[in-house]
Amino acid sequence: MSEIPEDLKYSESHEWVRLEEDGIVTIGITDHAQEALGDLVFVELPNKGNILNTEDACGVVESVKAASDIFSPITGEVIEVNLTVPDAPELVNESPYGKGWLFKLKPTENSDLDKLLAYDGYERFLEAEE
Amino acid sequence: MGRKTPLYNKHLESKAKMVDFGGWDMPLHYGSQIQEHHQVRRDAGMFDVSHMTIIDLTGQRVREFLRYLLANDVERLKKIGKALYSCMLNEKGGVIDDLIVYLQNDNQFRMVVNAATRDKDIAWITQQAKPFQIQINERDDLTMLAVQGPVAREKVRDLLPENLQTSVKALAPFYATWNNGEFFVARTGYTGEEGFEIILPASKVSDFWEALLVAGVAPIGLGARDTLRLEAGMNLYGEDMDENNTPLESGLSWTVAFKPENRDFIGRRVLQAQRDKKEHQIMVGLILRDKGVLRAHQIVSIENGGKGQITSGTFSPTLGVSIAFARLPAGKYKDVTVTIRNKQLSAQVVKPPFVRHGKACIAS
Repeated sequence: MSEIPEDLKYSESHEWVRLEEDGIVTIGITDHAQEALGDLVFVELPNKGNILNTEDACGVVESVKAASDIFSPITGEVIEVNLTVPDAPELVNESPYGKGWLFKLKPTENSDLDKLLAYDGYERFLEAEE
Repeated sequence: MGRKTPLYNKHLESKAKMVDFGGWDMPLHYGSQIQEHHQVRRDAGMFDVSHMTIIDLTGQRVREFLRYLLANDVERLKKIGKALYSCMLNEKGGVIDDLIVYLQNDNQFRMVVNAATRDKDIAWITQQAKPFQIQINERDDLTMLAVQGPVAREKVRDLLPENLQTSVKALAPFYATWNNGEFFVARTGYTGEEGFEIILPASKVSDFWEALLVAGVAPIGLGARDTLRLEAGMNLYGEDMDENNTPLESGLSWTVAFKPENRDFIGRRVLQAQRDKKEHQIMVGLILRDKGVLRAHQIVSIENGGKGQITSGTFSPTLGVSIAFARLPAGKYKDVTVTIRNKQLSAQVVKPPFVRHGKACIAS
């Protein structure tokens, strides 16, 4: 069973969202997603300053066997990207919720977060998907 | 649920992620396919290839039959145990399958063909064999392992029955040796490394697998098998070869024996016309200069506006860049452009293999 931290929110396209104290959100892909993809070898991230809408394809994670789009789970402006990840994609496999985070957004609408799944909802979603 | 090899439970014990492959439940990886790849390049790893099809062909006219059936010429097999890689073609020169055939004695050859092509291969061989009175014996009582890597041969040797150890030690590349129909050991492989492919009774394979594990030979899944064979410049049936393309269009001209001129083999006429006209498509290797991953079916653009296609591509763990095979219009190329998600990326054209015996063999 993959790891699903209780303090995060989740999208059905397997991104996670962490609300930081300053109202900024950090985004990455879930443990389930990295496990399903296998060893990552290429990551393409949005650029700082990009304005993203919910469900915009804003990046790509590729493993040896498959490519998968990253969709923005909420609407907002990209204020920081994890520049270590494109040079070391294995960080996403090793630490999907930690060193393998992908980018940070300043949300336009705080209510966007409420539309995402809580940990137990994501857990049920994964069970139903199998 | 697909078919299971006798090693299915062993794979689960090693925490394999199982996937469907040609109707079989096979291990994709046991945690990390990149680590498994490096394990084979640097040490020794083992693959369960029991899904592959082993066929023994017997009869007084078996050599004559195979000289007609195969594009390569089994007349090249003079010594007992020698192996030959060949395509089996249809009348149009398209590849029905690629295979290895071993000379066992004057009246018997052993053939190893792919798993997903099993039914059509056996139907085709049976149909073609009729006038030659050949006995076709599919050996589903046997299983097959590949043990590959720089230290693979020494690790295997100690675990073999004593009456085989001397002949296995002396085994030359692309030869096989065997004892009383129990162990059949061939110095062949699909990785570009040293090693053996071993055929043995299904009843013995679990103990042998376990002994190899104890000797420090790691299990390797199909994921790493694919990156290893691509680096080694070896084609995969269904991706780089199929019934719609000839060996000349699949980088396999070297496997077609046009000489002697009077040997008639299935597909010969089409291949000969194609060879003489020199306008057929060619297969090349690509190395991506930019970041990204080359994959099957991506479009390749050449200078004069012509187009080709990637047949299989991946990330090369040894080189740290993406590599591929591509089928292109006839010509000579140094650079091409590959379209990946609407971006035009530059790739260098090379002659495979990309990696042999753990070392890069492409100058960039």
